[in-house]
Amino acid sequence: MPTQPTPPLNTPGTDFAGALLRTTLNPMGKIGLSFISHLGAATIFFTKAAIAVFKARQLPSIVQQIYYIGAKTMGIVVLVAIFTGMVLGLQLYYTLSKFGSVGVLGSVISLTLIRELGPVLAAIMITARAGSAMTAEIGIQRISEQIDALTTMQIDPLGYLISPRIAAALVSFPLLTALFDMIGILGGYLTGVLLVNGDPGAYLYRVQSSVEIADINGGLIKSLVFAVIVSTICCYQGYFTHMRTDARGSKSVSLSTTSAVVQCCVCILAADYIVTSFLM
Amino acid sequence: MKTPLIEFCKVTKRFGDQTVLDNVDMSLYEGEVSTIIGKSGVGKSVLLKHIIGLLQPDAGEILLHGQPINTMSKTDRKAAFGRISYMFQNNALFDSLTVYENIAMPLRHTTRLSRSDIDARVLERIRQTELEEVTHKYPAELSGGMQKRVALARALVTNPEIVLFDEPTTGQDPIRRNAILSMIAQYQHELGFTAVLISHDLPDVFFISNRIIALYDGAIVFQGTPEDFDDFEHPFRYEFIRSLETLQEELTGLYTRRHFKTRYQTELNDNPKFDDFAMLIITIDNLTDLQGELGHTAVQEFIQTIGTFISKHFSEVGGFSTRYSFNQYTTVLPYADMDEARSLAQNFAADFIRNGIPQMQKFVFTEMACKDAVAVTMRAGVAPGKRHVEIDTIIAKAESSQETLLEFNASCKGRET
Repeated sequence: MPTQPTPPLNTPGTDFAGALLRTTLNPMGKIGLSFISHLGAATIFFTKAAIAVFKARQLPSIVQQIYYIGAKTMGIVVLVAIFTGMVLGLQLYYTLSKFGSVGVLGSVISLTLIRELGPVLAAIMITARAGSAMTAEIGIQRISEQIDALTTMQIDPLGYLISPRIAAALVSFPLLTALFDMIGILGGYLTGVLLVNGDPGAYLYRVQSSVEIADINGGLIKSLVFAVIVSTICCYQGYFTHMRTDARGSKSVSLSTTSAVVQCCVCILAADYIVTSFLM
Repeated sequence: MKTPLIEFCKVTKRFGDQTVLDNVDMSLYEGEVSTIIGKSGVGKSVLLKHIIGLLQPDAGEILLHGQPINTMSKTDRKAAFGRISYMFQNNALFDSLTVYENIAMPLRHTTRLSRSDIDARVLERIRQTELEEVTHKYPAELSGGMQKRVALARALVTNPEIVLFDEPTTGQDPIRRNAILSMIAQYQHELGFTAVLISHDLPDVFFISNRIIALYDGAIVFQGTPEDFDDFEHPFRYEFIRSLETLQEELTGLYTRRHFKTRYQTELNDNPKFDDFAMLIITIDNLTDLQGELGHTAVQEFIQTIGTFISKHFSEVGGFSTRYSFNQYTTVLPYADMDEARSLAQNFAADFIRNGIPQMQKFVFTEMACKDAVAVTMRAGVAPGKRHVEIDTIIAKAESSQETLLEFNASCKGRET
C-alpha cells in the first residue's frame, strides 16, 4: 500500500497554531515547572529544618521564637478576634431573627469560629505580623552575609535560624487559634446578647452543647497545617532572597517579604479548603 | 620542596557568561601570611570563598593538606573547614547580638567548652582587640573600625589553623589600616596560624606578608615574596600599583621600597659623580612592648611620626629615605662620607629629642599612664656606599654595624637619656 505523504508542518495554518500554542503554553509550562521546583525545594528545606529541631541546645532559641511569634502576636489576634466575633454576633442575630432561630446564635458563632474563621484569621494575622518579620530578618541576614558567616563557622544555618522558628510556629499557632476562638465567642456574646438584649443562657448553652471535640480537633489540625505552611514559606523566601532574579539587595528583601505574605494568604485559604474536605 | 597547605590546580569559576577565575594555579604555605592583591571586582573574594567551601569551582580542584576538597568525606570536609576562619569584607556581624555574643558564637555552637572557659577565651580576645568598653554593645552602636575588630576577634576566637581576611582594612583611615595589619601580624606571630588576606594597602601590607599573589584578568600573574614583587614588571603594576604607591608617598614623605631602589639605581649606582656615599639604617626596638601598652593604633601613629621625621630631617641634606621593614628605616646620604653620616645621625637624635618626643607626648602618648612608661631604643648603623654594589648588601652591612643612638621612655612625660 503506498504511504501517504506527511503534510509539511510549516504551512501557514500550522505556523499560526504553533505560535499560539507556544505563546500560551510555554509561559504556563515555565510557571508550572518553576512551581514544582520551588515546591520540591521548600519540602527539602522544611524537612532538613524539622530534623534539626531535635539537635542539642535548641530550646532557648525555640522559647525566644515562641515569644516573638506567639506572645507578641497575642494583642493583634485578640483585637481581630473580638471584632470578628462582634460582627458575627450582630449580623447573625438579625439574620436568624428573620427565621425565628435566634436561639442557635451561640452554635453558629462558635462552630464558625472554631471550624473555620479562628484558624484562618489567626494564621493570616500571624503571617502579617510575625511571618513578614521572619522573611525580612532572614533576608537581611542573607544579603549581609550573616548566613554565609554561619556556614564558615560550621554552624548549620537551617538549624540555627529556621528550626526554632518552625518549632515555635507549631507551638504558637494552635494556642493563638484557641485564643482567637475564645475571644471571638466572647465578642459574639457582647453584641448577640448584651447589645441586642438576647438570651445569655441560650447563647452559652448552645455554645457548650453544639461544640464537639471533633470540631476542636479539626481547628487544631488546621492550625498545625497553617503553622507548617506559614513558617516554611516565610523562612524559605527570606533564606533564598539572594536567588531572586528580579531584584538585588534590599529591594530583593522587600519583594521576598511581599511574596511571602501573598503566598501564605493564598496557601492558607487553599489548604483550609483541602483540610476541610478531608475532615467533613 | 615545601608542600603547599592550600593549592589551587587549574581552578575555573564562571558566573553566567563571565569567567571570573580562569585556570588559576595558586599555592599557599603553612605559617605564612599570603596577600592577594588585585583591582576591585577581579575575583579576589571569589578566590577566598573557594577555600572555605562557600563556592565550588566549575573546573579544576582545590587541595587542602594535599587532599582534594571535593573527594573528602562529609565529616572530613567539615573537620577541615572547622579549622578555617573567615573574616568577611563587611564583617557579617549578627546585629541582634552584642559584641560578646558575636565573638562567643562559634565557641557556643561548635565546641563543648564550659561557660567559664568560653568566657575566658572571649574576654581574652576582647582585651587583645581593645574592645573592653563595648563588650555589651550591639554592632550598630560601634564605629566601622570597632566592628572590624569585633570581626577579627570572632575570627580568632576558635584558635584556627587558617584565617582568611577579606579586605580587613576597608574603609579605615591610614593609621587604623596599619593598626589592623599590625594586629593581624602580631596574632599570626603569637598564634601561628596561616593567614590569607586580600588587601589594597600597598606597600604597608608588604611589611607583614611572606608572599604576594597578584590577580589580574582572572589569572594569577605573580606569586612570590614582597622583595621579588619589587622587580615584577607587568601591566598590572602600571594599572593598579603605581597610583597606590604614589598616594603613600604623599602621606608620609617616605619613598616606597621600590621607588627608593629605583632612585638609588638611577641617581647613584649609574652616576659616576657619586662614587662614595653613605647608607644609614635606623631600627626601633621594643615596638611589641609599646603595642602592649599603647595599642596598635597609637603605635602606628608613632611609626608614621618617626618616618615623617626621618624623611624631613635627611631630605634637607639631600638624602632620601624608605621604610625598609616593620621597624626599620633606611636613608641614602649621597653627599656624605662615613663621619658626616654619623654626625648627621647624632644631629637627628638631638633634633628628635628636642622636637620629636614632645610632639609624640602631645599627640601619641596621650592615653598612656605615666607609670606605664616603656623604654624605647633607637639604633643606628652606617655603611659606606659604592657604585655597582647591590643596595641590599650595603643595607645588610649598615644593619650589622648598628649601635644605640637614642633611648627614651615612651610615657606621658617622656624622659630621654
